[in-house]
Amino acid sequence: MGTVIQLEGIHKVYHTGEVDVRAVRGVSLDIAKGEFVALMGASGSGKSTLMNILGCLDRPTKGRYLLDGKDVSGLDRNELADIRNQKLGFVFQSFNLLSRTSALENVELPLFYSKKPFAAHRAREMAESSLQLVGLSGRADHHPSQLSGGQQQRVAIARALINQPEVLFADEATGNLDSRTSIEIMEVFQKLNDQGITIVIVTHELDIARYARRNIILRDGQVLSDEPVAERLHAVEELKKLIEAQQAVQLEP
Amino acid sequence: MKLGNTIKISFRALRRNKMRSILTALGIIIGVAAVIAMVSIGNGAKSQMESQIASLGDNVILVFAGNWSPGGVRSGWGGAGTLKIDDALAIKREIPSVVAVSPEVRGGAQLTAGGENWSTGNLLGESADYLDIRHWPLAEGAGFTEQDIRTASKVAIIGQTIATQLYGDDSPVGKILRIKNVPFLVTGVLTPKGLNLMGQDQDDIVVLPYTSAMKRVTGGTNLRGINVQGSKETDLATTKDQVVSVLRQRHKIGPQRDDDFTVRTQEEIAKVATAQTDVMTALLGAIASVSLFVGGIGIMNIMLVSVTERTREIGIRMAVGAHGKDILLQFLIEAAALSSSGGVIGIILGIAASKIVSGMTGWPSLISVSSIVLSFLVSSAVGIFFGFYPARKAAQLDPIEALRFE
Repeated sequence: MGTVIQLEGIHKVYHTGEVDVRAVRGVSLDIAKGEFVALMGASGSGKSTLMNILGCLDRPTKGRYLLDGKDVSGLDRNELADIRNQKLGFVFQSFNLLSRTSALENVELPLFYSKKPFAAHRAREMAESSLQLVGLSGRADHHPSQLSGGQQQRVAIARALINQPEVLFADEATGNLDSRTSIEIMEVFQKLNDQGITIVIVTHELDIARYARRNIILRDGQVLSDEPVAERLHAVEELKKLIEAQQAVQLEP
Repeated sequence: MKLGNTIKISFRALRRNKMRSILTALGIIIGVAAVIAMVSIGNGAKSQMESQIASLGDNVILVFAGNWSPGGVRSGWGGAGTLKIDDALAIKREIPSVVAVSPEVRGGAQLTAGGENWSTGNLLGESADYLDIRHWPLAEGAGFTEQDIRTASKVAIIGQTIATQLYGDDSPVGKILRIKNVPFLVTGVLTPKGLNLMGQDQDDIVVLPYTSAMKRVTGGTNLRGINVQGSKETDLATTKDQVVSVLRQRHKIGPQRDDDFTVRTQEEIAKVATAQTDVMTALLGAIASVSLFVGGIGIMNIMLVSVTERTREIGIRMAVGAHGKDILLQFLIEAAALSSSGGVIGIILGIAASKIVSGMTGWPSLISVSSIVLSFLVSSAVGIFFGFYPARKAAQLDPIEALRFE
């Protein structure tokens, strides 16, 4: 398996007023194709900053970031936008779907800003198959307000997948969801990862991190620990357990 | 990215906030409608002014007694008493390019015929050539002749208004018209001309041989002015210069002294008159443009609100790969769509308004294609101009902060 992400001594300093905030201080790590990494840490640990850099939304102050073998740390705004469009997919905590726009059109959005033009019917096919991948094929014409939180997040995942990205990033993707829906979303991630898609999630919940294969813990802008998950959770089984437990509660008189 | 899609997105955003879009466009609608209506009324006035001046006749030079110069003391048109019949005859005699002259005297008089009476201020004494010079044909009857001039015959030509007032439906030709109780024979009736721009009735007129007018009505031997017709072959300005030098010579005016008469060619009169209506049109247009400008500010205001409201949407679009210029274009098209659709509606309303105004007041209106095209382009440009700042603001947002925006 080749390396998709290669960070070499990444620093990020924010100049806010008189004090310089050093959010990330020398992070170096490699992520290979097909990995499922959970980036963890308390708030202020620099995980969101690192995530923004990984997601090409932000540039490091110092250090080198090779994405798919290409140095992206010195690219300008437009070049980064193209990288995000072509190589990366995003899932956010607050779903970030366009309101009053159908699920299908939300999924099509990245194609809209793609450099190569897509015919309308081709874009539709791609969006439909992407929705199918997250198990939402029947809801293509629904607007976000007509969908549950879990369904909205699936639409967001479908949108992230439409350009067949190198890496799928999820920033606290389960943060706004109840525990059962969270497990369902992790099931989607595990399924996608099993199909070979590289996934990086940011979370502060330990049990969510255990669905990944590798956990990286950050503290004060540095890597505290980086190790494979010992007892990995499998969403399908966890979901089954949860449903049984809920039924048991309901059966009791 | 395809432009068609961006246009689709922009229109969808406008449809979502229907009321707001309509109110914002209303500013432009009113502005454009005002410009169209004002300019078309101004142009209408101008074209009517031009046709009035054309009705003076062909190659006409008007000579007035007295110097009409800005500043100095003036005695009013023709009040100076410096022009004599001999001046008119000399112009005709000495300048080869003068085709015809008509010495003019003017006065007012009480008219009676049968049991009816009428008071007119437009009693003119003219030569037999007057109707030719003015291009004013007779509706019936005949004009007077050189013979009538020489003998100061008691003959008269009357305008349509006087014919109707004094003779009703009967033909006045061959009937007696009493001017200050002196009986005149009506020989002809002029074709109607209607009102002039000042609202005066041009058909309230009596034309007599100038000799008769001087003798029987106005008294004295001073002319109010001289109507001169130049030939088509000679430049009117040249003829004018000759008229001036003949008169200066006859009046014995030294090289350093001012003329005691005023000469104006038809073109000069036209120039002054159209300059006035041009100023009026420009003024009306300028006032109306202010409302267009205010409408533009309304667009800018709403677009700024819209950009703030949709910060998150902008963040999402940027996160999935939109460039700054894609966002810029989206908001620019929105602003341009608002203003140009407002422009189209405004043009329709403006045309309707100018028709209504001219229908109610009787003012002429002239809607020119160029003013329609221009106001459409201007309204679109207003949208792009006032939409640019908000759109640029949107395009320069930082995607991370935009996504975090609540």
